[in-house]
Amino acid sequence: MANQGLRGEVAIVGAADTAVGKLPGRTPAELCVEAAVAAMADAGIDKSQVDGLVTCNAMAQPMLYHAEAIAEYLQIFPRYCISVGAGGGTTFSILHHAASAIVTGMADVILISMADSMRSGLTREQAMLVQSSTGHPQFEQPYGPTVPAYYALIAQAHMAQYGTTESQFAEIAVAARAWAARNPAAQMRELITVEDVLASRMIADPLHLLDCSLVSDGGSAIIMTSAERARDFPHDPVYLLGAGEGHSHEHISQAHDLTTSAARESGARAYAMAGVGPGDMDLAQLYDCFTPTVLVELEDLGFCDKGEGGAFAESGALRPGGSLPVNTHGGLLSHCHPGNPGSMFALTESVWQLRHSAGERQVADAELALVHAQGGIMSSHTTLILGRDR
Amino acid sequence: MSRILPPTTALTEPYWEGCKAGELKLQRCTACGKHQFYPRTLCSHCSAATLEWISACGAGTVASFTVVRRGISDAYPAPYIVALVDLAEGPRMMSNIVDAEPEQVFVGATVAVDFSAWSEDISLPVFRLTDNGVIS
Repeated sequence: MANQGLRGEVAIVGAADTAVGKLPGRTPAELCVEAAVAAMADAGIDKSQVDGLVTCNAMAQPMLYHAEAIAEYLQIFPRYCISVGAGGGTTFSILHHAASAIVTGMADVILISMADSMRSGLTREQAMLVQSSTGHPQFEQPYGPTVPAYYALIAQAHMAQYGTTESQFAEIAVAARAWAARNPAAQMRELITVEDVLASRMIADPLHLLDCSLVSDGGSAIIMTSAERARDFPHDPVYLLGAGEGHSHEHISQAHDLTTSAARESGARAYAMAGVGPGDMDLAQLYDCFTPTVLVELEDLGFCDKGEGGAFAESGALRPGGSLPVNTHGGLLSHCHPGNPGSMFALTESVWQLRHSAGERQVADAELALVHAQGGIMSSHTTLILGRDR
Repeated sequence: MSRILPPTTALTEPYWEGCKAGELKLQRCTACGKHQFYPRTLCSHCSAATLEWISACGAGTVASFTVVRRGISDAYPAPYIVALVDLAEGPRMMSNIVDAEPEQVFVGATVAVDFSAWSEDISLPVFRLTDNGVIS
């Protein structure tokens, strides 16, 4: 049974990003606090009004009790306080939970703030550890898989099963860059072509360097409250209309299907809650740690048929002016990717798109947005549907 | 820098002992008859705890693969091939395809297990293409 209980019950009333890219000398905690303060300012509230706090731990500055440490730094005293870690899926799975916390009265105004310094804050040894500690310690890690290699296994299987090509993966990176070119905040803004992607050095066949997301510093935060309270804030509320999760495995060698993911379940659950379908979306922000991730998500979320993701991307649909604008901020591929907080930026971008304040990259008359994140190696999926109207 | 060694456990000891002796050991459930990998305390198919160790035949096919062009560390000189191998008994495992040129490997290629010493105490199952990967 689809849970429709959360539909239209909560709204995002504040959103802010820090600068992103290379920010040496700034700690993740400082970026987390900066994003939090900016999101509160955007929502027009004082810190005393925040009674819920959600953060994620930072790889460059791990803390035993992260959310508590950020609350202490900010000197706020929430009654709902939690830090979460679900890889790239962290942001949206916790947003799902935080929405429940508001509906059940655990908190009234929740601040979700996340930051990390993957670019400047990790020593070479720490960066290697992050790479090598992904994967099963006994049955995967000893074979030397890298993070791109895990996703390459998915890409290669998709190519074998459906005839998908390297050029079709490349088009996803090209579209992301075309959006980033319109976003002054994006880390990489120089336009690229499919040929550029294919000419960039091979990292793990069939993934080239430009098929891989960036490594960044940065932070991002939102403020969420009940739909009732949301009307009292300065900006148009952005309502949560649907949320769904799907969890299929942790390790890629244990996935029952390499080319179909639990995005199929998370998407179906979110659509059911919202009472809408993929054809109703004005834009989609799809987790893009690597280009094949987007391709599989396009299929599993119903934007095209299974096996047709390559042709769909190749049609130019994802680009500015295309039939399905995807990752309008530039995504992890071209805007920024500071690790676990990565999809926060897809969330804040969705807020701006639905407020109709996204500037040069505004999708005209955007009413409904789908945002999707996954963590692990296509393991944990959360889909959210956001809208201007309840 | 040395290669990553698996942190073995009491449960997985028979698997690693098998590797050292040149045998690929799998768990088989005596209740439902299915095989599983990785080793667990219960059957991942039917949840029974009645598991026995058997020797796999060592044959498999490549479910997917990648050529790692930037190695994880100096102990892993690139390029090397990371693959998912579907064993004849059913389970899938990650491994390396050794002694093959990247262009020889393809999804569906047939492979056979071999063992490679990672340290004095630990050997890992790796795979080689059989008959150039094509079923004869």
